[in-house]
Amino acid sequence: MNAASLAPLAVVLPILGAALTFALNRNPVAQRTVSIGLLALTLLLECWLLAAVWTTGTSSVTLGGWLPPFGVVMVVDQFSSLMLVVSSVVSLAVLVYATGQGMADGDQEAPVSIFHPTYLILVAGVSNAFLTGDLFNLYVGFEILLTASYVLMTLGGTGPRIRAGVTYVVVSVVSSVLFLIAIAMIYGATGTITMADLAVKLAELDPATRNLLHVMLLVAFGIKAAVFPLSFWLPDSYPTAPAPVTAVFAGLLTKVGVYAMVRTETLLFPGDTLNTPLMVVALLTMVVGILGALAQSDIKRLLSFTLVSHIGYMVFGLAMSSVTGLAAAVFYVAHHITVQTSLFLVTGLIERRGGSSSMDRLGGLAKLSPMLALLFFVPAMNLAGIPPFSGFLGKVGLLQAGMELGTPLAITLVAGGVLTSLLTLLAIARVWNRAFWRKPDDAEYPDPVLKDTAAVGLLPRTMVGSTAALVVFGVALTVFAGPLFQLAGNSAEQMLDRTAYIHSVLGADATVPGIAAPGGGTGPSLQGGAK
Amino acid sequence: MSVNLTLLLVMGVLYACGIYLILERSLTRVLLGLVLLANATNLLILATGGYAGLAPFFSKGTDAGDYNDPLPQALILTSIVISFAVTAFMLGIIYRTWALARQDDIQDDAEDRRVAKTPSFDAEDDAEVPQETSEFPLAAVAAGHTPDHPAAADHPGLPGSTPLNDDEGGGPR
Repeated sequence: MNAASLAPLAVVLPILGAALTFALNRNPVAQRTVSIGLLALTLLLECWLLAAVWTTGTSSVTLGGWLPPFGVVMVVDQFSSLMLVVSSVVSLAVLVYATGQGMADGDQEAPVSIFHPTYLILVAGVSNAFLTGDLFNLYVGFEILLTASYVLMTLGGTGPRIRAGVTYVVVSVVSSVLFLIAIAMIYGATGTITMADLAVKLAELDPATRNLLHVMLLVAFGIKAAVFPLSFWLPDSYPTAPAPVTAVFAGLLTKVGVYAMVRTETLLFPGDTLNTPLMVVALLTMVVGILGALAQSDIKRLLSFTLVSHIGYMVFGLAMSSVTGLAAAVFYVAHHITVQTSLFLVTGLIERRGGSSSMDRLGGLAKLSPMLALLFFVPAMNLAGIPPFSGFLGKVGLLQAGMELGTPLAITLVAGGVLTSLLTLLAIARVWNRAFWRKPDDAEYPDPVLKDTAAVGLLPRTMVGSTAALVVFGVALTVFAGPLFQLAGNSAEQMLDRTAYIHSVLGADATVPGIAAPGGGTGPSLQGGAK
Repeated sequence: MSVNLTLLLVMGVLYACGIYLILERSLTRVLLGLVLLANATNLLILATGGYAGLAPFFSKGTDAGDYNDPLPQALILTSIVISFAVTAFMLGIIYRTWALARQDDIQDDAEDRRVAKTPSFDAEDDAEVPQETSEFPLAAVAAGHTPDHPAAADHPGLPGSTPLNDDEGGGPR
């Protein structure tokens, strides 16, 4: 038995939970217990997977007895198990927060009987996307999580949510269609959709065909990951959803897109054919995103723009296709999932205490609720990359890798990265100054709640507790940055080497093609998978 | 691999109509466009399976090349189910839009419009003398460039306000 034979449980458990909670929709207490319990169990399982992969290396499992080039495989390597653990920690914290909110509001805000099953389906989709070793199954994973996210986005069916939901659904469907077209073309060109098998067979294609397929996949994933020219939909749609939903979307959904981009770049199309355009796009994502953030007066919208902006850092790390760059990108993804989610959760708390998330209506929160100020301050500084925090370490890793590469474009990106970091600090400082530091009377349209210093019960303990737990987890990423960077480095090495991945799926006798030269194919290795 | 030309033509027409329709502002047309795109893609997947062959049931003595490729059909089946679910959801959203606003058009984001209309001058950020926005009035007194600032008189009994006047950069930003 290898480690991966339990991996499908990471998908099955949440789906089972969804079925159970759907059946229990008349009993909120049982629903909460089941969904939190099963998600905690999934988290434990994924921690075990991470530990197992850490000691024994990449392993894979074939589903339904169909052998690799034909059937669906699930592959657990260090990168995917790290993503699983971080995403489960985040989704568990958000689930606890959401149940806290549901209990506090008497479930008025959202029909909670729908929330739990949908949320668990979303988690299952995310796990499936991280685990799968099959391109079409990746599409299915995306569709599972997207369909769940459509429902969560329009929860309650109010006017603004429906409006935002339309944009979101249409853009997502178009990107899915693009992805499906890319899959069809890849199947037409190579006759396989198992990713390990593709890694072997794509190398034999004509470079022009290969580049076409490469670009199509990157565009499809770029929409999902919100990379600059394709990021327009995100700040438009995320801020209207309920706070916990926005938080989990911001943390996980774009990162699944980034994960898919990483796999495309390292496993399917290694080499540096598209590195220059990726770097340009990364620079534009960083700078345009953060300039957008500076113009906002609503905290949720501002955070959505910083989310877009910081995707640029990950694409930058990816585009360098060096071990140091990729390791920093992996570290940055783990850091950013945690920090961005905590910030959105805190914004949900701000909205409850201050009555609004608009900076024109907020003020004096530092005095009203010092705890809230602390919860905002720590992840905010972490996001901006102030030295002791993990955001700083991730950015330093990226900048070092950029300097190591040393090309003029890489140096420009390093400068752009520093600039974006400073502008993030500026944007965050504006929120801090306005919402937390100034007197409530100085706000343009102060919310009456701000004057009510005796207001109690606005911040339920469960919500504050889960937010605090996530903030502490973010700080823990800083404290344990050493092992985490080592893990990121190992996974980057494995991803760039590809041997472990391909051998684990296709058997140890499979040929691993070298990095495809621009001139064309690298030799016969068609028989790789036939066992 | 031979390809059915009719299928390809139909696919092209479906893509063209689909793309035209999703560029409309009417939600119903966008939905129809998405349905056409999904079906065009199904035809594309079908085309990657190559020519029509025997049904892929194993029978002795048949050459492996005579069978049709079953995998694209499995993919199409999955993608039909997914696009069915998404279409149903979109119909729900469109109906809800109609129930809420009595219109079928995609609406603008109000906050987006508001931010776009905001002048680049911001009363608080761009003021020459920064407004006092802090909880701590001392900092406002120390706003550097007016040594005999009357603000000191506004806050009688502020300890240490005079020496602070000579300091640089005590602005409340």
